[in-house]
Amino acid sequence: MSETAAALEVSGLNHAFGERKVLQGVGFAVRPGDFTVLLGLNGAGKTTLFALITRLFHSNTGKISVYGHDIRREPSLALARMGVVFQQSTLDLDLSVAQNMAYHAALHGMAAGEARKRIDAELGRTGLSSRAKDHARLLSGGQRRRVELARALLHNPGLLLLDEPTVGLDIESRRSLLAHVRALCAERGLGVLWATHLIDEADENSRVIVLHKGVVLADGRVPDVVAASGAKDLRGAFDTLTAATAAAAS
Amino acid sequence: MTLVQYARCLTGIIKREALRWLQQRGRFVSALVRPLVWLAIFAAGFHFVLGVSIIPPYETYVPYEVYIAPGLLAMIQLFNGMQSSLSMVYDREMGSMKTLMVSPFPRWFLLLSKLLAGVAVSVVQCYIFLAIAWFWEIDPPLWGYVAVLPALVLSGLMLGALGLVLSSFIKQLENFAGVMNFVIFPMFFASSALYPLWRVKESSLTLWWICQVNPFSSATELIRFALYLEFEWQSAAVLAGFTLVFMVLAVIGYDPGRGLISRRAGAE
Repeated sequence: MSETAAALEVSGLNHAFGERKVLQGVGFAVRPGDFTVLLGLNGAGKTTLFALITRLFHSNTGKISVYGHDIRREPSLALARMGVVFQQSTLDLDLSVAQNMAYHAALHGMAAGEARKRIDAELGRTGLSSRAKDHARLLSGGQRRRVELARALLHNPGLLLLDEPTVGLDIESRRSLLAHVRALCAERGLGVLWATHLIDEADENSRVIVLHKGVVLADGRVPDVVAASGAKDLRGAFDTLTAATAAAAS
Repeated sequence: MTLVQYARCLTGIIKREALRWLQQRGRFVSALVRPLVWLAIFAAGFHFVLGVSIIPPYETYVPYEVYIAPGLLAMIQLFNGMQSSLSMVYDREMGSMKTLMVSPFPRWFLLLSKLLAGVAVSVVQCYIFLAIAWFWEIDPPLWGYVAVLPALVLSGLMLGALGLVLSSFIKQLENFAGVMNFVIFPMFFASSALYPLWRVKESSLTLWWICQVNPFSSATELIRFALYLEFEWQSAAVLAGFTLVFMVLAVIGYDPGRGLISRRAGAE
């Protein structure tokens, strides 16, 4: 599939759990090299959106494609291009860091030799080479997150999804993780979708998608979204947008 | 994905299961101690109470320990299947199940690999048990140790597939106690593992029928006959049928469109 295709394209996505509508007409695209912040409060539908993109379950209606591969029709090709860091840690705490990563490499069909090289390279990049043989249980929260990031990059994905990756991290770990992913985005041309409820994680250079109660309220560069809302900054813009929805609903 | 990549994925999943089994010492020890307790204490206690007449595949009167050994092998696999199921529910609650599910390989293959990994671990446990049981004079013919391998694989597949189905239905880890009460104990006790079924028939025809249709009886009998170099085709057919049904149910249970996973997510 051509590299000019969007890293991630979501269109007309609706999802409901029984009567409860969680996502309504969600659509956006993430291009290669884009650092896109998906901003929303808890319960906005971010995790459901991630579960649909990663095919943990299917959407009721709508389409999701990764580098042009439809997640329903070509799940293997779509998932092979995707690296994911879930909100909840998914490391196996009984295994060592290297064993966790080797397991991930096997799940992508990588040869053992190639996997070892990639594990060394990615752990080196995150400064955790010396912890490769340690049990994941012995790592701090920030270190576990970095390992998960290194693991998500092991198979050289073109799209990186991170669902609230900084939850529970201290300020320094948060800053360093954010800087690391931004650098990856610039160096490797990765399309990144970074879900968060923390407004300060979207800087002036980011693209932001505001998701509120399952609906996309704004999508664009941070300065453009701020200007369109008439607010002074992104926090103000977020408040204005969500207040307008609340007023319309009442 | 090429065949070689499929093989790498399968190997990786088996390796992870083996590492977890070795590193969780409690699980490792209890898997061995449980059947040995039955053999060393229960069987010794009932040695003089229960007489076992000459029934196939045995050609002579056998001590009670010898009679229950195949049932204990099946019990190892039953517990292992339920343990795998428990670990999948745990993985799902802890999130590590997602790592498996976002692999680009087809979901049926991932579930089958997970199942085979559990079977591999259970077969190793069975052979360790057989080695220790030799000291209790449970000494089938030498070739019986080889012949029992396919029987152990088939019974392990059936019980592991049942575990997979249960893991897709169980909502939370806490519900697992119910599995002990409603699956493990009834399956084990309503079977030919501890007593020959002709004895059960004498006391209750209904219970005899339940024991007959219980696939755990088939697992026990297939293992029993294989240990003495005989093939019990009826048990093999029953096990193959149940394995297929359970596997199809597990694939449906983990299907992103139809499965219970997606319906359950709404409640979270």
